[in-house]
Amino acid sequence: MTSEVVVHTEHLSRRFGELVAVRDVSLDVERGEIFGVLGPNGAGKSTTIRMLCGILDPSGGRGTVVGYDIQREPERIKERIGYMTQRFSLYEDLTVEENLAFYSGIYGIGRRARRTRIDEVARTTGLDARRRQIAGTLSGGWKQRVALACATIHQPPLLFLDEPTAGVDPVSRREFWDQIHRISSGGTTVLVTTHYMDEAERCHRIAFIFGGSLLDVGTPAQVVSRRGLRVAEVRVDRPLDAALALREHPGVDEVAHFGNDLRVAARGGADPEALALEVLGPRGVRVLESRSTRTTVEDAFVSVVRSQERAS
Amino acid sequence: MRGLSAGRFASIARKELLQLRRDRLTLAMMAGLPVMQLLLFGYAINTDVRHIPTIVLDHDRSRASRDFARSMEATGFYRLVGEVESYDEISRALRSGAARVALVVPPRYSSDLSRGRTARIQLVVDGSDPQTVASATNTAVSLAAARSSELLVARMVESGGQPVPMPLEVEPTTWYNQDLRTATYVVPGLVGVILTMTMVALTSMALARERERGTLEQLIVSPVRRVELVLGKIFPYVAIGYVQMTLVLAVGKLVFDVPLVGSIALLYVLALLFIAANLALGLFFSTLAKTQQQAMQMSFFFLLPNILLSGFMFPYEAMPEPARWLAQALPLTHFLRIVRGITLKGSSFADVASELVWMGAIFVALVTLASLRFRKKLV
Repeated sequence: MTSEVVVHTEHLSRRFGELVAVRDVSLDVERGEIFGVLGPNGAGKSTTIRMLCGILDPSGGRGTVVGYDIQREPERIKERIGYMTQRFSLYEDLTVEENLAFYSGIYGIGRRARRTRIDEVARTTGLDARRRQIAGTLSGGWKQRVALACATIHQPPLLFLDEPTAGVDPVSRREFWDQIHRISSGGTTVLVTTHYMDEAERCHRIAFIFGGSLLDVGTPAQVVSRRGLRVAEVRVDRPLDAALALREHPGVDEVAHFGNDLRVAARGGADPEALALEVLGPRGVRVLESRSTRTTVEDAFVSVVRSQERAS
Repeated sequence: MRGLSAGRFASIARKELLQLRRDRLTLAMMAGLPVMQLLLFGYAINTDVRHIPTIVLDHDRSRASRDFARSMEATGFYRLVGEVESYDEISRALRSGAARVALVVPPRYSSDLSRGRTARIQLVVDGSDPQTVASATNTAVSLAAARSSELLVARMVESGGQPVPMPLEVEPTTWYNQDLRTATYVVPGLVGVILTMTMVALTSMALARERERGTLEQLIVSPVRRVELVLGKIFPYVAIGYVQMTLVLAVGKLVFDVPLVGSIALLYVLALLFIAANLALGLFFSTLAKTQQQAMQMSFFFLLPNILLSGFMFPYEAMPEPARWLAQALPLTHFLRIVRGITLKGSSFADVASELVWMGAIFVALVTLASLRFRKKLV
């Protein structure tokens, strides 16, 4: 498959008065990939997506989406994208089917094609049994499915999902991601924002965004390995004292409580197990048990954010 | 510029209708409001002053004094509710509201009359309600004038002179609404008031509701055009406006016997511009309001000057200059003249053309304002 850039931005920025919500973001998203934008609340994820959809003008920089300029040709872009937010913008007083019919009309699907398309979407999303149910009476997970069905009713080549899984239970989240992968396998490019780090691991490529700036872009494995972290789970007899002591050590990137264990991340390829013994021994804290473990995207993300905070 | 899509417009209109159908309360309000208003205004508001409770302080106690009191009652403006003995009693009766008018006949009333001297009668009026005062005094003065000329003629005949015709006489002839019934005046006006009330409120809430529920953002990222969205949302409400108008006119005709002299077809055609102006205003409000509640408040705020200044309740000619300028800017002012003209006087298109020009100008201004404010952008 030849690579084809679907989303391209150069130094994209947006200010709201004094506040710089998005600063100098340059990135490329290729056709068919699931591209995750990760960041805490208020990092600028939604603002970026809104600029890409053409509903918010950038204050600086430029961008193209599905080949059209985001400032000059937003209406062209709008015909070719799907968009779904965490608010599941459904008409709660309409039935599932009426919602689907409305959005197919809005996206210019002809009357005859509409029937077949709605049937198809209802089948693939498992909504068949609930077609006549009023959308407002659905549970969160089902609303999310309907919202996704509405956003993809016109089979857009590019799908924007803005925190689509916020406030949805874990089982529904998992099913939702299966759906995203199915949509993506059909050639649709997906740009999704989230602050759930486990979801990040399900993306083909991810971007870290914090304080409006893009901090890193790559596959989850690349982003993790670039931090050069090694992580161990360490069980000690006095976890609070141990955590305090470890955090003071310059080689320790992060210490977090995980149940009875401490999750210790060491920088620069250092062995966190050895580090724990070295730091805790002289302080009389006993290491009961330890084992090295896989470095996750979450470890990498926390590390990036912490170093950013230290720098500023 | 790409072409407008009838399909997208129809999708929006159908969606609005579906939502309306599910919203029973709003539907009930839209039908109930005109009828309730009509009955309230039609029955309760009556500016015809009649049967003012009147007491008599008769110092003369003669046939002539009783005659005058009776002739007052015969006009229908006064209702004699009792006799009193002193001014103290008069002031008590006025204070308590038992009477609004007191007739005071002096002791030598009948003897003055028979001797050809000017007999004076005093009318004490409760001034707290100016409208009553005006009616009460005017009627009494003209009653006295009529009585005087009768007496003059009688004296001339008695003294052997020839009766001469009245030197001057005004013969009032009322065209249109001959009985001067308030309902006849109020009901056609109500068509305008009710349309203003519901059209502005409904449209201003329609967009605000989408904004509040987050569905507006979803529409803004879709290829739907502004015009399609606005027309699609407005269309069902235009239909509702016509239903309300028909309802008011029908009930007005059946219950209040309001005449429909002119061309109803003309009225329905011209009403479209009025409805459109109100919808544009509602749309403009909805671009300002963040929530449905704010939209509702704005609509109510707008309604008050409409009712007070448009000529619905108080005559336009009685208002001071600045208030009249303001009134000219309200679509209702012009529509009232059109609707009253057509229903009561049978005005033709040419008769109301100038009002139409005004309404058209207001409509253009409002649409421009609304579309300047409403953009397919979030900020």
